[in-house]
Amino acid sequence: MAVTTITPPAPSLLERMKTPRNIGILGALAWLPLMTYVMGTGLIDESARNIILLPAIPAVAILYAIAVTSWKESWIAVLGVSLVLFWFFMAVTAPFLPLADPNAPIAPFATPFSEKKDIFFWLGTDFKGRDMLSRVIWGCQRVLVWGVTATFVAYVIGTIFGLIAGYLSGWWDEFISFFGNVLLSFPVMVLFIVILNYLGPSGFNIVIAVTFASAPAIMRIVRGLALDIKTRDYVFAAQTRGESALWIMVIELLPNVRGPIIVDACLRLGYTTVAITTLTFLGLGLQPPDADWGLMIREAAKVAMLWKFAYMLLIPALAVSSLILGFNLMADGLREMSLRD
Amino acid sequence: MFKLIGRRLIQMLLIILVASLILFVIFDTDDFKKRIALAELGNFGLSSMTEESYQDWLAEKGLDIAFHQRFLKWSGDVLTGDLGHSFEKDTAVGPLVLDRLKNTGLLALFVFALMIPISLTLGVLGGMREGSGLDRSLTFFSVFTTSIPEIATAIILTVVLALGLGWLPAKSAMINGFDFKQLILPVLTLVVYDFGYVARMTRASMAEVMTSQYIRTAVLKGLPYRRVIMKHALRNALIAPFTVIVLQLNWLLSGVVVVEVFFEYKGFGKLLLEAALFGDIYVVQACTLVAVIVAVLSQIISDIGYTFLNPRIRFA
Repeated sequence: MAVTTITPPAPSLLERMKTPRNIGILGALAWLPLMTYVMGTGLIDESARNIILLPAIPAVAILYAIAVTSWKESWIAVLGVSLVLFWFFMAVTAPFLPLADPNAPIAPFATPFSEKKDIFFWLGTDFKGRDMLSRVIWGCQRVLVWGVTATFVAYVIGTIFGLIAGYLSGWWDEFISFFGNVLLSFPVMVLFIVILNYLGPSGFNIVIAVTFASAPAIMRIVRGLALDIKTRDYVFAAQTRGESALWIMVIELLPNVRGPIIVDACLRLGYTTVAITTLTFLGLGLQPPDADWGLMIREAAKVAMLWKFAYMLLIPALAVSSLILGFNLMADGLREMSLRD
Repeated sequence: MFKLIGRRLIQMLLIILVASLILFVIFDTDDFKKRIALAELGNFGLSSMTEESYQDWLAEKGLDIAFHQRFLKWSGDVLTGDLGHSFEKDTAVGPLVLDRLKNTGLLALFVFALMIPISLTLGVLGGMREGSGLDRSLTFFSVFTTSIPEIATAIILTVVLALGLGWLPAKSAMINGFDFKQLILPVLTLVVYDFGYVARMTRASMAEVMTSQYIRTAVLKGLPYRRVIMKHALRNALIAPFTVIVLQLNWLLSGVVVVEVFFEYKGFGKLLLEAALFGDIYVVQACTLVAVIVAVLSQIISDIGYTFLNPRIRFA
């Protein structure tokens, strides 16, 4: 008897990319160059700096394709990820785009879509004559890099303490929870202002301030999840096998708290971006002269209080809003999808 | 109940003590003392000073003693009602903070007066018929408004209403006394930013109540839909939003620094920021004291309100 075996069509390249390991590699490929590029200012030679961004460009594009195909059931999530990855794409391609130098004064107070000194300005120039289009695109680099780094560090710290408090309980829990409560009852802005004022305004100090402000809340979430999970049978099984507490926390608990905190992480990325922009606006965050959205608002707020020059304020405000909207829509879409399953 | 409140208050005292001690340590650095001296004496005055006269100046300001002694003295003073002296504004801290608190309170009052009716109505209407057109558009719209940070909302409203149409003043410094028109833009900004969050909370709580057994019973019993909503659903649906709204008080006090700075409104948050940048330690201490007390009190109020409104918890 002839049996015709139907071999399923070979999965497309995109499908094969969808394993967690490949996505991790792609993420690292997209993220690490940008991080080195922004944090390593002055450390790396100017000419070599642009080259390290090259592998990130295809990586971001592939990540976007993966996200769109696997989240197609929720258009909210697709819209969100489109906004976020648009800015991410802009951040990694900025050095290769035909843009004016973001810090070079060309022609002050050129309004959008106008020509001055034989140069056409799509979005005009600011009060010092720097090209707005170029500054908006360059500006997203620092917000993205410091925002994501700060959130990530806060998550690592918060998760470690949350797992310890939740799993070990007892005195560990009492101590960590009290410390967390002290930090939580400080108004967030007071915490930011005091920490940044003490350490001095810079990107790394923003990471520290965000960690102090966000880690206690993350700790609470993880602690609650860990308290729930540690009563499961597989944890008892591991305990009976005689595994160490560290092993159980990392191997048994951590993968199971991952799901709920991913949605929270998207929301918190939005908060952190708001915080960084706000702090920069208040003069406590990133410092001039490099382009940054909060800084653009801060500088323009002093001079651009006229209808004719309102674009100087509106453009960075809309840019930062679109990025945060992207993070929030992504969180909404992810939550919707996780509820549906 | 009283035990819980007592525990909270004791915790608050502990937090205040820890916080103010930390603040004294932080602001004890030479850098901050130099900053105060620079602001008061000017660049020339400071550089022409000998080391000895600088020490005299420090002693005159009471900055030469170690931080823990200043902490003890300050704690004693606070208990007698003396909050210290502001270096920057050269006045007593107590009346200064009180004045700014009054301004922020006014702002908060108008924000609440506008936000609570809007967000509760929208939330209830949305949650009443889950999945309806109104519900979906409300959900999407509120994601939109809450996603736009306060600073961007402030900019957009200023550009449209003040710079473009010229209806309202762009700044709210209130130099020539109180002016209601100058209050509109900050209030609008805060309402636009905040109402979506409260509306979504109300919607979620209302939607949950609407799926419960007793509402179904009431509808099947043949009660008019209006009556079901007004008499049965609302009472339970408004418990969760109540706690959320009380907690907004905390945010309005110190979370809206950026709006106050943008509109140059002389509020509590702006005072705190200026004092922290200046190194004006006693003002920062007083502000933190107020902020922590309000934070803990609003938590306690929302807890009490929750238990009071929800009989299941009260008798449990």
